[in-house]
Parts: sequence; structure tokens; C-alpha cells
Amino acid sequence: MFSGLIHNFYETAAIIVFGIGFVTLLLNRNIIKKIIGFNFMDTAIYLFLASKGYISGRMAPILYKEATPTLTKYINPVPAGLVLTGIVVSVSFTAFFLAIAVRLYREYHTLDLHEIVSIMNKEENEE
Amino acid sequence: MDKYYVINDIVQNFPFISIILSLFTGILCAAVKPKKAMVICFFNLIVCFALSLTTLIYCINNGDYYVYMMGHFPAPFGNEIRVGVLEALMATAFALVMILSLMGGLKHIFHDVLPEKQNYYFLMMELLYTSLIALIYTNDLFTAYVFVEINTLTACAIVMLKHSKETLVATARYLMMSLLGSGLIMIGISILYDITGHLLMSNLKESIVAIASVGKYRLPIEVVICLFAIGLGIKSALYPFHSWLPDAHGSSTSSSSAVLSGLVLKAYIILLIKMVYRVFSIEVIRGSKVLDILFVLGVLAMTIGSIKAINSRDLKRMIAYSSVAQIGYIYLGIGLGNDVGMIAACFQILVHAFTKPMLFNTAGAFMDEAHGSRKFKDLAGAARKNMWAGIGFAIGAFSMIGIPLFGGFVVKYNLAIAALSTNRAVIALVALVVSTVLNAIYYVPALMVLFKNTNPKQKVVVFADKNDIPFIVSNGVFMVCNFILGIMSPLFISLITMGLYKFA
Repeated sequence: MFSGLIHNFYETAAIIVFGIGFVTLLLNRNIIKKIIGFNFMDTAIYLFLASKGYISGRMAPILYKEATPTLTKYINPVPAGLVLTGIVVSVSFTAFFLAIAVRLYREYHTLDLHEIVSIMNKEENEE
Repeated sequence: MDKYYVINDIVQNFPFISIILSLFTGILCAAVKPKKAMVICFFNLIVCFALSLTTLIYCINNGDYYVYMMGHFPAPFGNEIRVGVLEALMATAFALVMILSLMGGLKHIFHDVLPEKQNYYFLMMELLYTSLIALIYTNDLFTAYVFVEINTLTACAIVMLKHSKETLVATARYLMMSLLGSGLIMIGISILYDITGHLLMSNLKESIVAIASVGKYRLPIEVVICLFAIGLGIKSALYPFHSWLPDAHGSSTSSSSAVLSGLVLKAYIILLIKMVYRVFSIEVIRGSKVLDILFVLGVLAMTIGSIKAINSRDLKRMIAYSSVAQIGYIYLGIGLGNDVGMIAACFQILVHAFTKPMLFNTAGAFMDEAHGSRKFKDLAGAARKNMWAGIGFAIGAFSMIGIPLFGGFVVKYNLAIAALSTNRAVIALVALVVSTVLNAIYYVPALMVLFKNTNPKQKVVVFADKNDIPFIVSNGVFMVCNFILGIMSPLFISLITMGLYKFA
């Protein structure tokens, strides 16, 4: 049963890293660590996709001086395209999240989300 | 396989034109002054409404759907959009709700958002509409993922554009939960691509049906179904993943709240329904346990969302918690697993899309009378100072409770009929009754507080601000739409049925 896990170690590693990132994003109190967790999560997906798209012994799908390409020489190009799109999305989200973190730090002088929420609730009750 | 029509009617280009038009006019908004951005935004939304309506009429006359090839590569390599009655109906309704929500909160947008950022608000709204209709129309799973992300980003931005500490924290929490959801969706798509080798929905369905018929890959497919259900559940605030919703919807400016609860949550649910019919096929879904999970979570959302709403002392938070309960109805309909339940769920999407924005916009109008406070104790008698908003709130509340003549009643009636033919009838009916009573327990006291006669000398004022014509018009149109949804429900239900049968 576990031989599959060792044989497909790229996928196993990807899912483990995904889990680490998911839990960090969900449970860590520090916003910067949350962002790191989010990047872990997305990177794990890219590893999963890249390992699934790779076929051992073939080369990157870039045509070079070939009129009729032989399809058996190249790996699947679609996962690479998906990874590129995913990277663009993840970069923009990281930038947005970091901008929010900067603004939160300016307002509350801490990056601990629990503390921020408790300060906010206290301010609300004082009003 | 999907049928390909030769593009012989200009109408068939309209869905694509409305997506691309919103995208480009949205970018234009970033470069001009706020008032001009507003004009561009409304112009685009009205054009999109007209285009979607034409598409809807075309689809009804044609009686069938069509697949529109994007670019020059046919399936299984290229990208496609698929247009049918249900998609066109939703796109039309969404355009209308978006126009009315923006009109209803226009005064607050210019008040709450910093002057130098007001044009970005309209930019975000246009991009949001682009992503909504792209999610509705797309036939490609990865395109759906990209537009889910655009939707998340713009939805967070329209919460954050109200300048206050509270919205900042709400945005951080909303963004965190949304990212968890999109991570799950992304890994789901990866595994699905890994199993089938396709990203187009029609090809995916062929492969999955073939795989399921020989009984292979049962576990991975169930895992993928669960990943999608939970990922989209987090994004559409299904109980117990709703923790971000009350903050994000309660603290933002009234147009943002209206659009977020009326449209953004629904787009993900429409995607889930499309996944159920067009990717996994309803037979495979019925064979898995995911419908049971969605059913149980829907029942919990209906009751616990309402209980949380009873406990809130804040008008907008109460309406936001009511959204959690109403989303529960949609998931209950999906979880019942039969066609009637699914039709009721789709109709609930429409009803909630027209009712909740009206409630949020009128709540914004009441807050003006209480100097910006959202607390019930400050809002006592607010409806007497703005009777037009008061009438709108009352109609919305009646629809949410489920009083006949309004859409909410038709939804509950259809859900009850759908439940009777399943083995879960007792639970579903009890949940419907309990939830209706709970809805009444918080909406009726809210109405009583709002209409309370605090100062006998105060005369009843119909229009608090006669210059705010956009709000007066939008509230009136919303009321009419709610009546139409309630009275002419057979028409809409037959349209939804037409669309859903073509899905399968």
C-alpha cells in the first residue's frame, strides 16, 4: 500500500507541503507567516502539476529547427502553462496581502491577527 | 460531445462581447476622474444588461444552448464559453442587480471612499462583473479558476475601499479564508487534470463517466468532489466556513455589502451547480456522499445562521447572518439531489440576489438617519424618517421570512415539494419550518424597532433625501422586481428548468 507513496514521492511531497501551507495559513496568528503559508500551499500545487506533466526521458516542448515535430520527444506543455498562470495569480495575491499587512501594522502596531481583533473589539465596546 | 453551431447570428457573440467590454471599460475607469468612471461603469452595465437580455431571448427562441469557441483552437485544446437559458438568465439578473445596488448606495460610495480612490471603486465593480459573468459562461475549468481568483481579489478590494480600521481587519480575514478555498479548488483541478487529461467541462464529463462506469479511480474522484465542494463552500460562506462573512458584509459600504451578498456568493454556487451537472455528472455525484454533507451543512446553516442573527445588536450584521441562513437554503436544495431541489436552489439564487441588496441599501439609508450608527438602539424610528426605505426593508423582510406573494415563499414551497420525494423529507421539512420561525423572530422585531414611534411630534417622511434620486429609483425597481419574482415565479421556474435540463 505504501509503496505507491514512495514511488510517487514528488506527489507525496507536494501533498505534505500543501498540508503544511494550508494549516499555517489557517491557524498561524502572524499575518506574515500566513502569507508564507499561502505561498507554500501554491508552490506545492506547482510541484504537483510539474511532476504530473513530466515524462521521464523527454525534453521541454520547445520546437527547434524541426518542420514536423515528433510528439513522442516532448513532455506535456499544458501543466507548465497552468503553473505559469498560477504563479501570476499567487504573486498578485501575495502583493495584496502584504499591502494589507502593512496597513494593519500602521493602524495597530502588531501583526498578530488575534491581538488585532481583540483590540478592535475593545475599541468598539468603548464607543 | 457538445454540438458546435456555426456562428451565423450576431447575437451569439454577445456574451463574449459583454465579458470583454466590461474588462476594457473597467481598465478605462482607472485613468479618469471618479464622476466619469461612474458614467463609464453605468454605461457598461446597462449595455451588458441589454446584451444579456438579447442573448436570453435568443436562447429561449432557439430552445437550445450553444458553444462559442474562443480563439482558433477547437476542443479539446481551445477555450470555450457555453451559453444557455440558465446562464443568460443569471447574467441578465446579475447585471440588473449590480446596476440597482450601485445606484442604491451611490451617495455612500462618494461619502465612504476616499476621493482619490473613488474611480478605483468603479474599476473594481467592473472587474467584479466581468469575473461574475465569465464564471457563469465559461466551459473551461482553468478559466473558471482564474476568474474565481479575480472575483476574490476584487471582492476583497471593494470591502477595503471603505476607509476604516474595521474594514481592514474584515478584508484580512476574508482574504485568508478565500485563499484557503482557492487553494483547495486549485489542487482539485490539478488532480482532476491528472486523472482525465482534460480541462474543458464537456471532455471532463465524458472521461469521468467512462472512468466511473468501469469502477476505477473511485477514491480520487470522491476526493476531488469533496475538494471542490469545500473550496466553493468556503467562498460562498456555507456554515461552518462563514466566519468571515458578517465582518466583511457588515462593515463595508452599502453597495459593496449588497453586491457581495447578492452576487459574489452566488457566482460560486452557480459554478458548483455547473460542476455537478457538467463535470462530474449528476449520477456520479449521487453515488458519492457529498450531497449528504451539503444537505447537513445546509440544514445547520439555516438554523444556526438565523440564531446568530437573532443575537446580533447590529442591523447590518443581522442582515449578513441572514445571508448565511439563505445560503443554507440553496445548499439544502442542492443536497436533496433531485431536479426539483436543484431548480428551487437556482430560484433561491435569483430571489436572494434581488432581496438582499435591497435590504443592505435600505439599511444604509437608515444609517444616515442615525448618524452612521448600525446599532439597533440608535436606529429606533429610522423608518418613519425615511418611509420609502422602510417599505423596501419591509418587503425584503417579508420575502426572507417567506410570506406568500414574495419569492421567498415560492422557494420554500418548492423545497418542501422536492423534499417529499426523498428519504430525508422529515429533516428537511422540520428545518424549513424551524428556519422560517427563526427568520420571523429576528426580522419582525427589527421591523418593529425601525417603525417605532419614538417622537410623537415627528412626522412621517416619505423621502428623507429628495435629491438622492438614484436610491429612490433603485429601491422602487427592487420592490417591483421582488413582486414580479413572487407573482410570476412559474415563468422563471420554467426558464430555469429549461436551462438545467440542457445542462445534463
